[in-house]
Amino acid sequence: MKEFIAFIKKEFYHIFRDRRTLLVLFGMPLAQLLLFGYAITTEVTNADLAVYNQSSGQFTNQLVDKLVSSDFFNLTENVHSKDEMMDVFRKSKAKIIVVIPPDFEQKFNRREAQIQLIADGSDPNLASILTNSATGIIMTWMKGHAGNAMQIETINNEVRWHYNPELKSVSMFVPGVITIILMLVSAMLSSISITREKELGTIEILYVSPLKPVTIIIGKLVPFIILSIFNAAFILLMAYIIFSVPVNGSIMLLLLESLLFIITALSLGVLISTVSETQQTALMLSLFGLMLPTILLSGFIFPISSMPLPLQIISNVIPAKWFLIIIKDIMLKGVGIMYVWKETLVLVGMTIGLIGLSIKKYNIRLQ
Amino acid sequence: MVRFEHISKSYEGNPAVNDINFRVEKGELFGLIGPDGAGKSTLFRILTTVLLPDVGHAYFKDRDVVDDYRYVRRNVGYMPGKFSLYQDLSVKENLKFFATIFNTTIAENYDLIKDIYEQLEPFESRRAGALSGGMKQKLALSCALIHKPEVLVLDEPTFGVDAVSRREFWDMLKSLKAKGVTILVSTPYMDEAALCDRVALIQDGNILKINTPDGIIDQFGKQLYKVVTQHIYQALQALEKISDEWHAYSFGQEIHIYSSKSLNIADLKGQLVSMGIDDVQIEIGKPLIEDCFMDLMVSEKTEDYV
Repeated sequence: MKEFIAFIKKEFYHIFRDRRTLLVLFGMPLAQLLLFGYAITTEVTNADLAVYNQSSGQFTNQLVDKLVSSDFFNLTENVHSKDEMMDVFRKSKAKIIVVIPPDFEQKFNRREAQIQLIADGSDPNLASILTNSATGIIMTWMKGHAGNAMQIETINNEVRWHYNPELKSVSMFVPGVITIILMLVSAMLSSISITREKELGTIEILYVSPLKPVTIIIGKLVPFIILSIFNAAFILLMAYIIFSVPVNGSIMLLLLESLLFIITALSLGVLISTVSETQQTALMLSLFGLMLPTILLSGFIFPISSMPLPLQIISNVIPAKWFLIIIKDIMLKGVGIMYVWKETLVLVGMTIGLIGLSIKKYNIRLQ
Repeated sequence: MVRFEHISKSYEGNPAVNDINFRVEKGELFGLIGPDGAGKSTLFRILTTVLLPDVGHAYFKDRDVVDDYRYVRRNVGYMPGKFSLYQDLSVKENLKFFATIFNTTIAENYDLIKDIYEQLEPFESRRAGALSGGMKQKLALSCALIHKPEVLVLDEPTFGVDAVSRREFWDMLKSLKAKGVTILVSTPYMDEAALCDRVALIQDGNILKINTPDGIIDQFGKQLYKVVTQHIYQALQALEKISDEWHAYSFGQEIHIYSSKSLNIADLKGQLVSMGIDDVQIEIGKPLIEDCFMDLMVSEKTEDYV
């Protein structure tokens, strides 16, 4: 036990005396959180809007005012001909153009008015968000002006977003960032820390010491488990302070699930270190073998349901996918273990498999 | 104390050591001398259980190092060739760490490392990475000794260390030997061979000779002539032309000729002077262990080509 504690102490020295490790450990979570929270967002505000108003008068101006006064749009250009319209897109002066026909007011009174929305389709997601927003604003405006006499007979779609009523993208990114950070910190740092001993030759001394391989591995991993749990708590706290993202479910359960995921990631890290001889290889393997799948295939950025079938099948072996489901459910839906036990079981299974594989592959000698 | 029996090991089909047999007695300071890639590290790694031999067995106190690796690991002190300690830990932290993982304390075995560690004590709180080469080597030796091993295995401990530190290091080994530690040391420096009790000359995975330094010199069986001149390169070329019955090598400022027949010094001198090397001096020399190794290694190589 004494040697185990000495080993862990040594590992903490390594971590706290290496600026790069510290930066990855504590700088990256904050940077990613701020990046995803502020910059990389799917919410649309202040999109450039151009108007081709062929009609004139108070009535249509009101409509334009209504569009522009919302947070969504920002009037950049008044267009006066069809040629100018194309020019606006080519010069990227607007993402969407609203075309109001000449006899709009008369037709409106006869209930046959039409408005054309032309969006820049080079960014399809943005285009569809913009046309939806514009349509919504126009419909609301129309209802206000139709009055009782002109009741438009239609089905009222009353849409509400459960769990994230304001559709804040940061609520969705916080679980994603935690997932990435835990995967990266745990797997990358632990695999690098093991391969560093190989590179320096100190591993030979550890081999010839009476330390058991299992003591060495666990001694390597314990510091990262502790730091990663702190990291997860730190990100949650930051998310709450900066973006007021709450944890709706049990924090205890969340941290326990994080612990499980950290152990999964660490066993991946050990596995990586058994096949790489240098820190460089370990770094590359963790980045390309773990980071990219974690970001791309976990459902963090791209919904799994819209992936082609082969990718959907592959996504099942990505531990991050399962953890993301768990953490989202706990944080946003506030559910308990009863609702995420299946995903938890999948992670437990993966972890046991990975640990078994790492121990089997771990050498008590040089190759 | 230590026994190698028919040990062979190859890496991906390239033989590293080939049918190695030798023993090291208790309390001996045994040297393994050979150039880089000769197989010295491989033998030491097999003995210290970090590598498995393909063929043969190695024994530590009559225990097989493969079957009984735990026992070997507890009782052997090993300083690997590229062992550079934990650079980011201080001198004291390094020593304490190795003491603890070997289930002991610094205080318990301090008497063994006292002479060495005393020189490091002023720098106790300095990071190992900031030490000079000689200091690092002393720290590494202290760490390898801290659990009071019966056998100390040192893989090229003086490699890349300055001449003064090298001498100091060998003095330390001498005093450790006096304390009863059996020492196996490898080195690419042939002059260090004379400091061992017995040496094995190893080349391309084969042991060419095992004997005491004096014994090796006695077995030389050739005459050594020293040629002193300012024009070493020209003289070497000239000697090559004159006869192929000997081998001539530059040894620092002079050329050594190993010849199985005795030579007429005056004749040879005349020949060299006539070839333009006018400042040449030739005399009979007493062979050093380097000469014996040089000769052994080269004749071994030439036999390979025949």
